Amino acid sequence: MSAWETVIGLEIHAQLATRSKIFSGAATAYGAAPNTQACLVDLGYPGVLPVLNAEAVRMAVRFGLAIGARIAHHSVFARKNYFYPDLPKGYQISQYELPIVAGGAIDIVLEDGSAKRIGVTRAHLEEDAGKSLHEGLGALTGIDLNRAGTPLIEIVSEPQMRSAKEAVAYMKKVHTLVRYLEICDGNMQEGSFRCDANVSVRPVGAEKFGTRAEIKNINSFRYVEKAIQYEVARQIELIESGGKVVQETRLYDPDKGETRSMRSKEEANDYRYFPDPDLLPLELDEAYIESVRAALPELPDAKAERFVAQYGLSAYDAGVLTASRDLADYYEAVARAVPTQPKLAANWVMGELAAALNQDGLEIGSGKLPAERLAGLLVRIADQTISGKIAKEVFEAMWASGHSADAIIEAKGLKQITDTGAIERAIEEVMAKNPAQLADYRAGKDKLFGFFVGQVMKATQGKANPAQLNELLKKKLPG
Amino acid sequence: MIHRQTLTQLAADLRARKVGSVELVRAYLARIEASQPALNAFVSITAEQALAEAEAADRALAAGRGGALAGVPIGHKDLFCTAGVRTTCGSRMLENFISPYDATVVARLKAAGAVMLGKLNMDEFAMGSSNETSHFGPVRNPWNSTLVPGGSSGGSAAAVAARLVPAATATDTGGSIRQPAAFCGVTGIKPTYGRVSRYGMIAFASSLDQGGVIAASAEDAARMLREMAGFDPRDSTSVDVPVPDYLAGLDAPLAGLKIGLLKEFFDQGLDPAYERCVREALAVFTRLGANLREVSLPNIPLSVPVYYVVAPAECSSNLARYDGVRFGHRCLEARDLEDLYKRSRSEGFGAEVKRRIMTGTYVLSAGYYDAYYLKAQRVRRLIAGDFERAFGEVDLLMGPTTPTVAFALGAKTADPITMYLNDIYTISANLAGLPAMSVPCGFAAGLPAGLQIIGPHFAEQRLLNAAHRLQLETDWHLRIPGEYA
Repeated sequence: MSAWETVIGLEIHAQLATRSKIFSGAATAYGAAPNTQACLVDLGYPGVLPVLNAEAVRMAVRFGLAIGARIAHHSVFARKNYFYPDLPKGYQISQYELPIVAGGAIDIVLEDGSAKRIGVTRAHLEEDAGKSLHEGLGALTGIDLNRAGTPLIEIVSEPQMRSAKEAVAYMKKVHTLVRYLEICDGNMQEGSFRCDANVSVRPVGAEKFGTRAEIKNINSFRYVEKAIQYEVARQIELIESGGKVVQETRLYDPDKGETRSMRSKEEANDYRYFPDPDLLPLELDEAYIESVRAALPELPDAKAERFVAQYGLSAYDAGVLTASRDLADYYEAVARAVPTQPKLAANWVMGELAAALNQDGLEIGSGKLPAERLAGLLVRIADQTISGKIAKEVFEAMWASGHSADAIIEAKGLKQITDTGAIERAIEEVMAKNPAQLADYRAGKDKLFGFFVGQVMKATQGKANPAQLNELLKKKLPG
Repeated sequence: MIHRQTLTQLAADLRARKVGSVELVRAYLARIEASQPALNAFVSITAEQALAEAEAADRALAAGRGGALAGVPIGHKDLFCTAGVRTTCGSRMLENFISPYDATVVARLKAAGAVMLGKLNMDEFAMGSSNETSHFGPVRNPWNSTLVPGGSSGGSAAAVAARLVPAATATDTGGSIRQPAAFCGVTGIKPTYGRVSRYGMIAFASSLDQGGVIAASAEDAARMLREMAGFDPRDSTSVDVPVPDYLAGLDAPLAGLKIGLLKEFFDQGLDPAYERCVREALAVFTRLGANLREVSLPNIPLSVPVYYVVAPAECSSNLARYDGVRFGHRCLEARDLEDLYKRSRSEGFGAEVKRRIMTGTYVLSAGYYDAYYLKAQRVRRLIAGDFERAFGEVDLLMGPTTPTVAFALGAKTADPITMYLNDIYTISANLAGLPAMSVPCGFAAGLPAGLQIIGPHFAEQRLLNAAHRLQLETDWHLRIPGEYA
């Protein structure tokens, strides 16, 4: 295996979050009854004509600017001609020779923590096709054209990824970006974000690329990883056993965990691209592009850098917390409420909160525990009302009941004891009750210090301020 | 006789309540019915709907309301979609297709009060120069029923020539308004590309198709076009330029007008008797004070080959939607998807349409695209450049509309190239997107000849002005074929 190098390029299709379709006024909302969101333009009726949705253009430009790409002042819509029942016009309107976005880059972090830059060759606007339905129709195939005409950007990477993990890291980064930019909802189950993977292998050190196979329409990060891994192993095995990889389109079957041939290059369509005469070339001037740039949000990489500088977080933590805009916003709301403890805020958001969300299968934006609620808890840690340990108990109660931290601390009497006199009294009681251990300690058995901490905590139901307790014990135990 | 009136007179009489729309519609419907066996100009006759609309128009007119064409009967070429009335495009493929919506042109004329009497026959998908490719049988020339009326708007031209309607919509991709107008002795105008919305006009070649009018006179054409023209947000290629009042400048004097004679159009191939008609019309312009000079457009001879790459390429893609899945003809008992496609399309399309789909598919194929499609687009720009230079020197270009008068049915069906060459003078205006007209200019061997007038972009007013002035001096446009007089 080690003698082979894997080469991967991805074509990511991201559905743009416009309200209406790219060339018609029909709604794009997901999940409507079949063919209820397809107007005459989407159905390709005789005589109808496409009209470009300006919002789709703005979204594509946002993406291009976010990856540092060139925005074409002049781009052209072309027809990609092929017959398929879910393609009503017999051609898909796409961009071919002159795409709207060209030459950007996406930075990913590899497993060893090092960074890698993946080039984005181009991103172009196009319309989605409809769907063929098979379930519950017996031998028949149904056609649902609700999706036909939904705007997409196809983001084409350079063949610069060298492992399935790199491919997944790249895809995740693009996923993060499109959601930051609010141009795609990123819903992979509904197909809003999916990819085709071009995979080939070549002997390590070789310059020429091997023959590639294109795995179509993969709609989860896990499947991307598995499909690529399977395909790489298949190609290596094939070559090593004297066979040849053929250029073809393959499908990943998640049930069997394998890729299967769909059609070979010989059977491939000649798409007969030519400029769509129904649409004028798209002309964008500098003023327009700059107006889109001015409206860009803070992007994930910039935000992560700021988190490191502003909150003193590690690069890793900053990366985790900026993985989505919702998460980053949540973190910042918490951090602002506990200004002295940004690291504490990070630990809680990534730790307890993430675990609880995960357990309940919820998203950060679900509203289950608003940022100010979590902040209310952390404030009580910071001002020493409760210890970190008690805080976990309070958190659980908050998660279950939805009550505020203060209400729970009050109701359960969990307020930390910070009164030196009270702690001293508790220590004295414990010392009186355990003369033997005290004698041993004083004879040099230092380890028994922990025993006394435990006993005092037990006596105070865990409410003694740990730092104060430590200090007082150190003073009192030696006698 | 009502039918000898121009649309302009009819509209005025309707408004003055000298005649009622119902009366007019009845009279024209009777003429249509009587003519059908001989001419076959109509694919569908919408008598009931027309009478209901006429009644509504009469009520509106009686109340002092109603648009500019209130109560005026017209016909639509059968590729303009009409809600609830079948739109066949002259094809078996759409024999039973009922559009759920109105084309913009249809909606605008309806809003102006015009009453549709029916849908006019045409070459299948507007592909043809003789109306012989229609699935519904050929239209015949009212001047001589053994002759073709021209195409593809043969139904529109024949219907106006025989006064079955005062005016009709038509479309022109490579001469489909002007050539049949010339063959039938009527006035036709193809506006600037983008002037009239293509929404709802079933596409043949999108970058060339343009809707227009066939009428009895330039004035009538202007009256129709005034209602049809204008920006349509549903057609991205329609142009947002204000529509002038085409009627306002019709009488403007022509003194000092610079007219260029298209040298290449008077070269070999032009019938001498036809040329005499054209020259006589040109002499009228000289008398009216215009200055004539010869102009050469060196790339014009390349128009036909360029056209027969670009138009089929676009048509091969535009007609891909007729796959038997959602509308149109579907073969019986398809074995599988491929069988459904192949047989539905083989059965639904006629020979000429198939020829063009295959040509277009070929020229767009990998490996041939550069040699054919790209090169054709380059030459197309050269031709447009020729016109641009010419219009730096002259105001209008003139020449014959066709090389000959109408030919016999069947005369050219065996050889597509001969048929294509019939459009040799008309195609270049489509390639350059320019407005162009054909105006009756006399008779050669007893058959109508057409003078073609081409202008710069959006110069429709200038074209109509010149044509109208010619028609004030001549009466060729008022001649009606004997049987229909």
